[in-house]
Amino acid sequence: MSELTMVQAVNDGLKSIMREDDTVLLMGEDVGPKGGVFLATEGLTAEFGEERCFDTPLSEDGIVGVGIGLALNGMKPVCEIQFQDFIFPAFDQIVSEAAKMRYRSGGQYTVPMVVRTPYGGGIRGGLYHSQSGEAYFAHTPGLKVVIPSTPYDAKGLLISSILDPDPVLFMEPKALYRAFREEVPEGVYTVDLSTVREVVPGDAAVIYCWGAMVPVATEAARRIKETRQQDVRVVDLRTLMPLDEDAVLQAARECGRVVVLQEAPRFCGYASEISALLAEHAVESLEAPVRRVTGFDTPFPNTLENYYLPDARRVMDAVEQVLDF
Amino acid sequence: MSDTLQILDPSGKKVGAAPRLKADTLLRMFRAMVRTRAFDERCMKLQRTGRIGFSIPNRGIEAVSVGSAAALDIAQDWVAPHYRDFGIMLYHGVEAEAMMDNMYGNAADGSVGRQMPVHFSFREPLRYLSISSPLGTQIPQAVGVGMAMKGRGEDGVCLTTFGDGSTNTLGFHSGMNFAGVFGAPVIFLCQNNGWAISCPVEKQTASEGFAVKGEAYGIPGVKVDGNDVLAVYRAVSEAVKRARAGEGPTLIEAVTFRMGGHSTSDDPSKYVEASEFKEWEQRCPLKRFRTWLIHEGKLSEEQAMAMEAEADAEMLAASRVAAAKPKPALETIFNDVFETMPKHLRTQADWCIGHYSSRGEGVDEKGEFPL
Repeated sequence: MSELTMVQAVNDGLKSIMREDDTVLLMGEDVGPKGGVFLATEGLTAEFGEERCFDTPLSEDGIVGVGIGLALNGMKPVCEIQFQDFIFPAFDQIVSEAAKMRYRSGGQYTVPMVVRTPYGGGIRGGLYHSQSGEAYFAHTPGLKVVIPSTPYDAKGLLISSILDPDPVLFMEPKALYRAFREEVPEGVYTVDLSTVREVVPGDAAVIYCWGAMVPVATEAARRIKETRQQDVRVVDLRTLMPLDEDAVLQAARECGRVVVLQEAPRFCGYASEISALLAEHAVESLEAPVRRVTGFDTPFPNTLENYYLPDARRVMDAVEQVLDF
Repeated sequence: MSDTLQILDPSGKKVGAAPRLKADTLLRMFRAMVRTRAFDERCMKLQRTGRIGFSIPNRGIEAVSVGSAAALDIAQDWVAPHYRDFGIMLYHGVEAEAMMDNMYGNAADGSVGRQMPVHFSFREPLRYLSISSPLGTQIPQAVGVGMAMKGRGEDGVCLTTFGDGSTNTLGFHSGMNFAGVFGAPVIFLCQNNGWAISCPVEKQTASEGFAVKGEAYGIPGVKVDGNDVLAVYRAVSEAVKRARAGEGPTLIEAVTFRMGGHSTSDDPSKYVEASEFKEWEQRCPLKRFRTWLIHEGKLSEEQAMAMEAEADAEMLAASRVAAAKPKPALETIFNDVFETMPKHLRTQADWCIGHYSSRGEGVDEKGEFPL
């Protein structure tokens, strides 16, 4: 066991699985000797050689398209898209190709591939180094969408994603890359996809969240406990597709009051899907309308990003509203 | 077409060195071309009479498909195709019935009725990658398929086919660039059939054709008469040889002409001059090869006619068998999204089957369509 940051845990996850499975390949812009712009692949070319961890041309469509071809023919590529904001040239390959290959070929061809990409705000990245596009991808049948919020989960979920027989978009909240350390076991271990994690216990209300919003929700729950002596549960969804709907419904039924938190824009966001799920299947247990706390329906601002991103105060307001409804 | 490789001229006269091919191989190639035309004609009839919804005319391009197919060793090679290449499958032993299953979208179809007609997917007898409608997406995939073989030290190559219009896509440029950088064993075969639906080549590119586009990626470009099956065979064989020897990719432009619409939904008389069709009819790839084979004494007129009649009968029979097969069960809407069906899809599948089986619309409680 050692104390690792999230980005070190990603690196350790890649290294651990590459030592056991020589079909795992890493590819992307600057992932080779430089080790990636966030150093997620640092040292891996040195250990595994250019054949297994290599730089590609600056071409997101090419990275994912070529990755699909490698996956079709026996390899397990892990493609890095340097920032999620740059993924859109590869949208066609992800959405039309990787996600649909098994379906359209009747299972004759499959794409066991992971696309890793840092996403989200909090690093003063402005419009094009800050976006949270999970909803675009969670809307795509055939694609799994996984988002860790801790170093332990980052490694375990990443290894599960690499071993998964279907394509996975693995979105890494870059604001948490070096936010804190935690104990991470050595070697290969997995965290099951499509399971949620209870971060804070409680039954006065529940906050659903993922990625970099998990510590924000946790802080809000701590302050509510302090100011109102009420226990607010925090649930990290961590796999957005396929979602563990039963766990989400159960928490809502037990708590009766719900806040859904995301940093992405509000309209048609993933929080809207959670709200709709609860409205359809848990309305009889709800003591208050579901509140969403989200980014705004604007592009992502630079100087004023702290006013764009939901913070603990905004979450507390929403929690108080559902508690006092 | 002075820089264009040609072995048989439009009259069937040999004007270049013919590749050394055994008589059976030559006849197999001719037969595949005849069957390609027969399959195409049968599909056109089926579509025009409302029996199938859609087809992609293959008339005129048969030599590109069959010439390239004959250069492959399907024990190790892959194909990442576009949609206008019936001949590759037919040459390599895909049963006409299996192709008709796709045209009808029945329960036996490789894509289980999920895709439109002409979007084939075969793993056996050759690795013929599932066809996509978005254009050019198969091109970088072919490079990945090739890189996997190269990485494992195998000798296989990947042939990827696409039309002239697809040279404008992201996939063409990213695929060519990756192949150049990584020396991937890939053959890029551009079927320049003159038209991207209704847009002629001059609206597609300002460059002198398409073979020159290899140069910027460090990939040799070759231009070949696409209505001359021997020339296509030679160009692709040489590219395959280079790729197997570790010398990297080749771009081949096969100049041909689409002797019909883009699809059955298209009316080419609105934008192609009748005289142009007439002119290209003179360069018919089947007639040219047939004339030469007869001249060489490898085929008789009677044999050729028998082959044509047999192919027509084969395609008619295949279509009848496919037409009689049942529709896929409702459950197949929900299978193969993921390897393991997640709970939300199980719920949706059960609802769908229950809903339609309770309405007396020919769906039973298993979601099947009993005949």
